[in-house]
Amino acid sequence: MKHTISVLVENEFGVLSRISGLFSGRGFNIESLSVAPTQDPDVSRMTLVTRGDDRILEQITKQLNKLISTIKVVDFTDEEFIERELALIKVATEAESRAEALRIVDIFRAKVIDVTPKSYTIEITGAPAKIDGILELLRPMGIKEVVRSGPVVIGRGAKRNWSA
Amino acid sequence: MELTGSQILLEALKLEGVDTVFGYPGGAVINIYDDLFESSIKHVLTRHEQAAVHAADGYARCTGKVGVAIATSGPGATNTITGIATAFMDSIPMVIITGQVPTPLIGNDAFQEADMVGITRPCTKHNFLVKDIRDLARTIKEAFYIARTGRPGPVLIDLPKDVQVSSHVFSYPETVNLRGYKPTYSGNIRQVEKAAKMILEAKKPVLYVGGGINLSAANDELLKLAEMTRIPVTTTLMAMSAFPQRHPLALGMLGMHGTFYANMAVTDCDLLIAIGARFDDRVTGRIDSFAEKAKVIHVDIDPTTIRKNVEVDLPIVGDLKDVLSKLTGCLLQKTELLEDLIDATEAWRGMVAEWKERHPMGYRSSKSVIKPQFVIEKIRELTEDNAIITTEVGQHQMWTAQFFQFTQPRTFLTSGGLGTMGFGLPAALGAQVAFPDRQVIDISGDGSFQMNSQELATLVQYQLPVKIAILNNNYLGMVRQWQQMFFDKRYSQTVMELPIDFIKLAEAYGATGLQASKVEDVEATIIQALETPGPVLMNFKVSREENVLPMVPAGKAIHEMVLAS
Ligand SMILES: Cc1ncc(C[n+]2csc(CCOP(=O)(O)OP(=O)(O)O)c2C)c(N)n1
Ligand SMILES: [Mg+2]
Repeated sequence: MKHTISVLVENEFGVLSRISGLFSGRGFNIESLSVAPTQDPDVSRMTLVTRGDDRILEQITKQLNKLISTIKVVDFTDEEFIERELALIKVATEAESRAEALRIVDIFRAKVIDVTPKSYTIEITGAPAKIDGILELLRPMGIKEVVRSGPVVIGRGAKRNWSA
Repeated sequence: MELTGSQILLEALKLEGVDTVFGYPGGAVINIYDDLFESSIKHVLTRHEQAAVHAADGYARCTGKVGVAIATSGPGATNTITGIATAFMDSIPMVIITGQVPTPLIGNDAFQEADMVGITRPCTKHNFLVKDIRDLARTIKEAFYIARTGRPGPVLIDLPKDVQVSSHVFSYPETVNLRGYKPTYSGNIRQVEKAAKMILEAKKPVLYVGGGINLSAANDELLKLAEMTRIPVTTTLMAMSAFPQRHPLALGMLGMHGTFYANMAVTDCDLLIAIGARFDDRVTGRIDSFAEKAKVIHVDIDPTTIRKNVEVDLPIVGDLKDVLSKLTGCLLQKTELLEDLIDATEAWRGMVAEWKERHPMGYRSSKSVIKPQFVIEKIRELTEDNAIITTEVGQHQMWTAQFFQFTQPRTFLTSGGLGTMGFGLPAALGAQVAFPDRQVIDISGDGSFQMNSQELATLVQYQLPVKIAILNNNYLGMVRQWQQMFFDKRYSQTVMELPIDFIKLAEAYGATGLQASKVEDVEATIIQALETPGPVLMNFKVSREENVLPMVPAGKAIHEMVLAS
């Protein structure tokens, strides 16, 4: 099963390799990973998506917690959360398909952020499923390149999911 | 007052209670060595950095203190890796200090540069690269704290040369503040009460005890629990000296080379109480049939060990000393139920006794060739109870675990998790430095001995009276045993073709060498070695193709043992 885990870590040299090394060293897989500082500049947040049965997920969370640089681990799978991902998509556009591309962009509330005679570059944010959706519709036109950020998540409601 | 980085290091070591370090100098630590020259800290110069780390490890294992080793950058630092990984696998508290090239050169493939933080990340509990002298004192404080608390382990501090020579006011922090590291010491009392209940309801309970008992110094609590409940105790390789092996409740070791009765008891038990053990594959054999009928209680300070390899019915996270004393406290309040338990488990102890009688630990003795097990029994007989025994890795190690019958805590130092040949001699060296007046004996193999034999020089230089007993079968015996049993006796690269004259080797270093080739020589040789001052090497020519039995073949359940005939 897919799990989205948020890890708060000390914002210090080498932390990313501690986390990724933990995954590779123990044979856990990472589907996506994003890292950036939080409102506290000493703390970074990593959002990672991984897969595994309960036993593996239990090990992953425990092992993450065991790292000295880890402050908190939240497995969002058990919580109400909002998930967003950013994607930049370069599609080939011939004269006849340009209008169709714009219609799709419109339906998905995406944006065209760069235009050439032969291509559109589209920016879209949303849940990963939405991005999968637009890609599906754009595919027949010819997708040249896709850059996805991997999802970031935040808990629903007023409660803060961490206090460092 | 301002101190240089290397002075700060030494002052901090003193404040951490370090009076002895093991190490090897080089360009990137030359300033530290200059300050050590007139320091009150004793430095032991080994002949290889790996040995320095094993020596610090041996020192830590027998004292419970944090062992400290120092090496220079590059090759000196990479030489420490096997030592660090050995300590890591056995959860030994250590701080390793490596020199590093100056910070502006880091990443430039400078002379003798190695990315030690990168290399040691998977084999340390934590590691640090100190890039700013202002962080140095705090880092050392944190390193020692991390090494000795929670589940102990080795911590590496990589110290660039420019940080060693720059200056800063020295003030050592009194406390550490690591928001991501707060080990749980106190066992949850609810869980402990549940454990007590499960124990009181058991009919066939077994205590399965690991190295955590030594690390937590919970030997008395364990003994108390066992005696008050009369539950039989089986110990892992790491815990052979954690429970008195001559105790009527002792089942000896379990697992691949465990006793028949320990493996049968674990297979048949209805409650397995795992304490500071981690269900290693050498212990469990085929995992799905390990303690198949049992409910499992697992007590450990490290939550990751729980449910890592097996399902657990009742987990308790906490320091063993705390959990066990709460548990015995809990049980003591229920005297009647305790008496009932002892009655209800009478038949079980009878069963265990029957297994013991059916296949006791033993070997076929001989009058014509020296049996390695016999040498071990004789060493046991002729040494004091508090003698510290180290081993290398191989058959001799397993025989020592099987036959030595340890009675005192922290008297058996062996590389369990990593299984490092070459560990025993430097570990003995470290132990002898810690306890100059106790007997320290390295039970060694002819193969393993050659992995760190250069440490004879260190023993002689410091006049450390370590006694080395080589059980010489002229084979990489343990591998040969596997080849005999599973590879049709194809002894590929396990015959030590070149017979080494170990006696001459010992003498070349200035140590004493004693040869024992006949059964009648064994006792006299041991006595002479123990009476000879300084380091002594004993070379016992033992029966060559002796096997370690019982043995659970790889992939089999632990009750499917090959037994001694
Ligand atoms: C550093 C290292 N290399 C290889 C091994 C694999 N190994 C395990 S036991 C053994 C043979 C040890 O031979 P010896 O020291 O003579 O002991 P014996 O088994 O003969 O008692 C070997 C090669 C190991 N454990 N450690
Ligand atoms: Mg041998």
